[in-house]
Amino acid sequence: MTLEELQERQAQELARRAQLANRIYCCSAAGCISCGSDALRQEIAAQIEAAGRGGEIEVCGTGCLGLCSRGPLVRTAADGALYADLAPEDAAALVAGDPAPIAAKRLDPGAPFFAMQERVVLANSGSVDPERLADYVAAGGYQALGRALADMSPPEVIEQVKRSGLRGRGGAGYPTGLKWELVARQPAGTKYVVCNADEGDPGAFMDRSILEGDPHRVLEGMAIAGYAVGAQQGYIYVRGEYGLAIQRLQTAIKQAEREHLLGSRILDTSFQFRVDLRIGAGAFVCGEETALIASIEGKRGQPRQRPPYPPEAGLWGKPTLINNVETFANVAPIVTRGGDWFASIGTERSKGTKVFALAGKIVNTGLIEVPMGTALRTILFDIGGGIPGGGRFKAAQTGGPSGGCIPEAYLDTPVDYESLARIGSIMGSGGLIVMDEASDMVDVARFFMEFSMDESCGKCIPCRAGTVQMNDILSRLVAGEGSADDIAMLEELCVLLKETSLCGLGQSAPNPVLTTLRYFRDEYEAKVRTEDAG
Amino acid sequence: MSVNTLSIDGKMVTGTTGETVFDVAWNNGVRIPRLCHVGGVSDVGACRLCLVEVEGQSRLVASCRTAVQEGMVVRTDTPRLQAHRRLIVELLFAERNHVCAVCVQNGNCELQDLAASLGVDHVRLRYRYPKLPVDTSHERFGIDHNRCVLCTRCIRVCDEVEGAHTWDLRGRGTHALLIADFGDPWGQSESCTSCGKCVQVCPTGALFTKGKSVAEMQKDRRFLKYIVTAREKHEWIR
Repeated sequence: MTLEELQERQAQELARRAQLANRIYCCSAAGCISCGSDALRQEIAAQIEAAGRGGEIEVCGTGCLGLCSRGPLVRTAADGALYADLAPEDAAALVAGDPAPIAAKRLDPGAPFFAMQERVVLANSGSVDPERLADYVAAGGYQALGRALADMSPPEVIEQVKRSGLRGRGGAGYPTGLKWELVARQPAGTKYVVCNADEGDPGAFMDRSILEGDPHRVLEGMAIAGYAVGAQQGYIYVRGEYGLAIQRLQTAIKQAEREHLLGSRILDTSFQFRVDLRIGAGAFVCGEETALIASIEGKRGQPRQRPPYPPEAGLWGKPTLINNVETFANVAPIVTRGGDWFASIGTERSKGTKVFALAGKIVNTGLIEVPMGTALRTILFDIGGGIPGGGRFKAAQTGGPSGGCIPEAYLDTPVDYESLARIGSIMGSGGLIVMDEASDMVDVARFFMEFSMDESCGKCIPCRAGTVQMNDILSRLVAGEGSADDIAMLEELCVLLKETSLCGLGQSAPNPVLTTLRYFRDEYEAKVRTEDAG
Repeated sequence: MSVNTLSIDGKMVTGTTGETVFDVAWNNGVRIPRLCHVGGVSDVGACRLCLVEVEGQSRLVASCRTAVQEGMVVRTDTPRLQAHRRLIVELLFAERNHVCAVCVQNGNCELQDLAASLGVDHVRLRYRYPKLPVDTSHERFGIDHNRCVLCTRCIRVCDEVEGAHTWDLRGRGTHALLIADFGDPWGQSESCTSCGKCVQVCPTGALFTKGKSVAEMQKDRRFLKYIVTAREKHEWIR
């Protein structure tokens, strides 16, 4: 397929859709499936059949529509309306296009949850069926790759990514363009592009939703990266728990290879790029890039000392570009619309948008995308709808077990890499867990420490034995059996792990403890055995 | 091979390109503490005892995995490093069951020596007392997991010097356990050549020769030097 043929396909699909009276998009992300969107979709299909309108109304799946707490969600193309809390009984009304019986379930697109978001990464959610290549093509898919191959040299592609100011969405925020340049500058030869889809923070499901909702977008981003850095092979390291994402990726890779959008002779050029999946076996530490590399190589998933960094010596010792799912999902829009457009969104040092997974004590649990620099208060109270049942906000946890708890006093902090680091937390991959006054902050710290302890690979002593001791101390404190010495030792261990651990897991494992000690120290002290207090 | 001049603890020393800070320090009488390092096999930088401060770098670096550079200023024994090392040794003592009084290695143990040299005279952490197995199925050797510090020296010497790769780890975190082959009793291992190299490199009494009583076990590491020197100088006779 050439670029012209691709554009022709797009026109054909759009023309075909223009003939339809309605196209009903049924959210087919894991969240909605778990509350019955499959049954709803089948019932819609049956109702279309029963009404004899098979030719004019279509039902299809689509990526995450955002408001996961109120699934299953449906979007109808005819009037652009969004419905929540649907049941199979509502299928008839959806097919008939009669909004009266389901008016109560109709969501207001002007509500802050929708109106205050800016969708770049999730742009296709709600209008593209992740299992149909034609849908992605209709949305302009693979044209960024086509344009890059036809009109841009690899350094020009990298230049656009650099201009965009895009930074790694896995959490650390390394400038993506610089990383690409590092790999591109290595001597020509075998190079690899790796997509890190080993999302593992508790409460985080951004990458999962992107892969489930728009797998082709990630593949296209990887192919563009492959072209820019001179790699012909890509791997997606996806965690084994994400069955649906794996299945959709497999489907997408097959579809793209069949049309020469991946594989050999891509878009009728000499560029070739294969993508294979590697399935993780459940180790959180394999999200660390050197452990991820070891795991792909078939070794025990343990990190190793850096340098050398993967751009110099990565997979099988070859130059390797590793980016996160969301990072790759940002690439196609940057190539299409230009780095300057992307750089116009966000703050001075954090560009573009960020997807967050809202979880915990918040009204609108779900997936959102906002410009970088949006205040935490806006995210939690305007978009998130605040605390359910009139509860009082206590803290928000960003960055999972590597992040920190942010108290009310810092709610006006803009969400960007630097601001979050300044208050002791991290951007992380985008998990945002909200806690109300019922939460015991010491227990929260213990929960994350237990997670880090279970997920420590055991290679270096501070992380392996230190997380165990910290978990012990925190458990003692929670049980009311801790002493003042325990708190002092806890602080000493925090410093040890931060300064001496081999990889990011151990280095950042103390963050939940450090931030809760910083902002909720009174809760720790209140737990010290009374005979020891004072 | 170019020569680099650097400062270690205020002393000007030289090292050739590719040499590690750790090796250059030891060659010049600066004994940086170590546990996972053993000369002759690859380094993994896992014990974190050999961490040093390098001027201009905010992070501490593992000296066994850091190559010397011209003009480097290294400090190996600052109060901060000493505190970290003491706590790491305390963590090890609390992790498994290191009871010197009943150990074959008492008096010849690297963990014991580390504690003594770092001034760890008591452990401020709570002992965990895990229940761990002892495998004496091998004809000549035994392994007591209670004394294992997971330094992986045995794994590396078996893989890199003997070429058998009998040993590896299973499980993760504090539950990691040294296993022979696929977790078979050592005595039933099909890959083990019974060479005993693992026993000799073990820093504690975890791997021992059968028949030794308390404090009788002494490890002899000289074989590594012969083999490694012979390999480097191509002295093998075919």
